[in-house]
Amino acid sequence: MPFIPHTAADVQHMLHTIGADSIDALFDEIPESLRIQGLEGIPPGLSEMEIGRLMSERASLDGRPLSFLGAGAYEHHIPSAVWAITTRGEFYSAYTPYQAEASQGTLQLIHEYQTMITSLTGMEVSNASLYDGGSAVAEAALMAVRAHRRSRSLRLLIPSTVNPSYRRVVQSTAGNQGVRFETVPYLRESGCIDPVALEGYAGEDITALVIQQPNFFGQLEDVDRLTDWAHAQGMLVIAVVNPTSLAVLKPPGEWGAKGADICVGEGQPLGVPLSSGGPYFGFMTTRMEYVRSMPGRIVGRTVDLEGRPGYTLTLQAREQHIRRGKATSNICTNQGLLMTAATIYMTLVGPTGLARVAERCTAQTAALVAALAQVKGVRVAFAGSRFHEAVVLLERPVADVLRRLESQGILGGVDLAADYPELGPALLVCATETKTTADLQRFVDSLRRVLEAA
Amino acid sequence: MNQTLEKSIFEYSQPGRGAFAQHPPVADGAAVLDTLPPALRRRTPPRLPEVSELDAVRHFTRLSQLNFSIDTNFYPLGSCTMKYNPKACNQYAMLPEFLARHPLAPDTQGQGFLSCMFELQEMLKEVTGMKAVSLNPMAGAHGEFAGVAMIRAYHRARGDLARNEIIVPEAAHGTNPATATMCGCVVKEIPVDAQGDVDLEALAKAVGPNTAGIMLTNPSTLGVFERKIEAVAKLVHGAGGLLYYDGANLNAILGKVRPGDMGFDVIHMNLHKTFSTPHGGGGPGAGAVGVSARLEPFLPVPVVGREGEGYRWLSEADRPQSIGRLSAFMGNAGVLLRAYVYMRMLGREGMSRVGEHATLNANYLMARLRTAGFDLAYPTRRASHEFIITMKRQARELNVTAMDVAKRLLDYGFHAPTTYFPLLVPECLLIEPTETESRETLDAFVESMVAILGEAQTDAARLKGAPYTMPVRRLDDVRAAKQLELTWKPVNSAA
Repeated sequence: MPFIPHTAADVQHMLHTIGADSIDALFDEIPESLRIQGLEGIPPGLSEMEIGRLMSERASLDGRPLSFLGAGAYEHHIPSAVWAITTRGEFYSAYTPYQAEASQGTLQLIHEYQTMITSLTGMEVSNASLYDGGSAVAEAALMAVRAHRRSRSLRLLIPSTVNPSYRRVVQSTAGNQGVRFETVPYLRESGCIDPVALEGYAGEDITALVIQQPNFFGQLEDVDRLTDWAHAQGMLVIAVVNPTSLAVLKPPGEWGAKGADICVGEGQPLGVPLSSGGPYFGFMTTRMEYVRSMPGRIVGRTVDLEGRPGYTLTLQAREQHIRRGKATSNICTNQGLLMTAATIYMTLVGPTGLARVAERCTAQTAALVAALAQVKGVRVAFAGSRFHEAVVLLERPVADVLRRLESQGILGGVDLAADYPELGPALLVCATETKTTADLQRFVDSLRRVLEAA
Repeated sequence: MNQTLEKSIFEYSQPGRGAFAQHPPVADGAAVLDTLPPALRRRTPPRLPEVSELDAVRHFTRLSQLNFSIDTNFYPLGSCTMKYNPKACNQYAMLPEFLARHPLAPDTQGQGFLSCMFELQEMLKEVTGMKAVSLNPMAGAHGEFAGVAMIRAYHRARGDLARNEIIVPEAAHGTNPATATMCGCVVKEIPVDAQGDVDLEALAKAVGPNTAGIMLTNPSTLGVFERKIEAVAKLVHGAGGLLYYDGANLNAILGKVRPGDMGFDVIHMNLHKTFSTPHGGGGPGAGAVGVSARLEPFLPVPVVGREGEGYRWLSEADRPQSIGRLSAFMGNAGVLLRAYVYMRMLGREGMSRVGEHATLNANYLMARLRTAGFDLAYPTRRASHEFIITMKRQARELNVTAMDVAKRLLDYGFHAPTTYFPLLVPECLLIEPTETESRETLDAFVESMVAILGEAQTDAARLKGAPYTMPVRRLDDVRAAKQLELTWKPVNSAA
């Protein structure tokens, strides 16, 4: 019996203490008609040796292609210490730190995380994580509706330069509460929000404008002007940012004259493996004035009976276990272990290391884009500044090109056909610090051969 | 447990120090940043620590030692199922190919991963008796959201637009009413009777043409099996509503009875409880949802489908009635792999034994504590995988509360049971031992509870001041909420 310590003698002794004849008797309150006699559809159990072999076989089927995929999940170097410490049983197998005295390690770590992520984003307060980048944008939308003192419209502007996947999550999450999202188009020259289209909303009651920086195309939006415009219209500003980029890009707290109001994003680039899409974590920071509208757990520093410093969950009156149907969100379990990994990651790379990562990402992507632009049949879609992603336009269907590249062990980018058909054959490519010059060359050469062969 | 407080990581920081092995080489084209408009650049670096790798390793290792955890302590936290998290589950979910796989990599570059996910869906269908499963939701509350959203979508698709009321028993998890609100529904709470079963008369009055559904946990949060479940199902279905099963307590009945057979239309499972993926100090969880045939079209996407010998993601195009996407990609894939490894290791026999031994341990602990002089909330009932004792009498006679007992238990090396939940039992301790604990551990827990009861009778102040052996004494929660210190500041600038 895997993981069950009971001997036959234990079971007999325990049943005797209970006063029951058999284990089955303990289930005698369940109507007989409902009881089942077994789980025949489940395969027989495996020893650790057997499951080890099975999982290794399965993993080998997934391969290790050279990947230029991004679109919200990014390949970065992860220091060995990050997961060596994160998977220590004391972090890995602990519960939510409700018993503060027996959870000071987790609580202090969350407090250190809150300090780091607020500084990185230029905001004042942070929660202890949300599920992922997409759900964090959804929670930010709902929070903006709660926090806005005058707007009653439940209307938010989400430009089409925001990750389409996030837009879908926002719709499926916040749409149920009657929140409506209106899409603002982008300019074909720059791949950035169309300011004229935006101006069309001037004077209307709109709760918030969502700005993604770098945007889904990797292009840099004019965040100062957008923020000031939204504030002048009485809207809140929700910033959606890549944490790596913030080592070199202006933090949302400094956007425009007043700064963004709520900042969210995908925390995965900070030490979390790609792992087919999760577990990742969403981060959320805001100004102190909105802290009581924020969803999720928050850790505060306080003192104990003897006046010594200690940490505890605070402002819990916002949360579901106290407020029930009137809570700011139903979130309970969050992504604590990933936040733990990110805290250790940010500590190990430090301010200079993170800036170095960001610089190398920008440089490698710039080098890739420059080389791709020299390939016949490839054009760079947008002018202007970018971080570590770019859209290139092809003259043939992208899906076919990607299949041919895949057969050479290369994942050449994300096909934008479904979400941005107006671009024609368009490919979103990403090169992070993990890509060497040789990797870039291999991609460019392979793409040239594929396009020439057609 | 380490009892020495650890200073903040920021107090180790020195300008110019760093873990330099973690810095990538300077990029050839680093000057590319100079081409960015200055207005978009960061002016001052973020305040991240500047420490050596050893400083960081020691600091975070020491922090870990300030925690109780399953690996170090018995953790009988009711409703949380703190069972052993097998090391193999972590190791095999973290194979390099699994970790490196990008979520948008084509299905052809993920047949190994997808086959695990497909088989996990199939196994979860079997243990719950549901017809279809989506692995998307990332935690229990997220699964609840998916479930209620599907119930709403189902009624809407039939043109039954008035159904916006969700009924929950008063003992329900706080996430249930919070979820109903998040889905734009109205919450109606109904009472339970003196034996812990749903009050059928109240339910009959509550249901009607506006009923979207009822959310139930079975066994309930009171630690007892809902015996009238078939009558409840009949009443709610008869009124046109659907039944939602909160899978928080699925561990109690694994291999014995299935929610699908009880009449539930939709269920979420907490894989981080029943299927032993780690709690991680607050997450990640995984809240897979299962549904009956009539709700299958509404499942959140993506789900894994099998075509011939291959596997592929089914998305919006395959499921036009889906409630949509709940995560940017596919949910907590790595957690799902851990659950898959766990279920394959247990197999069909091991899985049935989970429910049996979790129930055996709870009933044993309940019997021993009762003999030792503790009052049970439901003395005439069997325990499920957990049970409630109430300190109401001791609170009145000795002026010690459930919280005092909980804090004192920490000094004895045991994590406290769940306190003050469910709220309708005064001064309650909800105790869930799980199947992975030995008789000796349970006996040691009883001895400590007996010792604490003795202290309560002779020296109640001892309990009031507990704990004494933790890194900190009881914390000032009022101050924490009034003088908000939510980020670290140097001592000389602290308030």
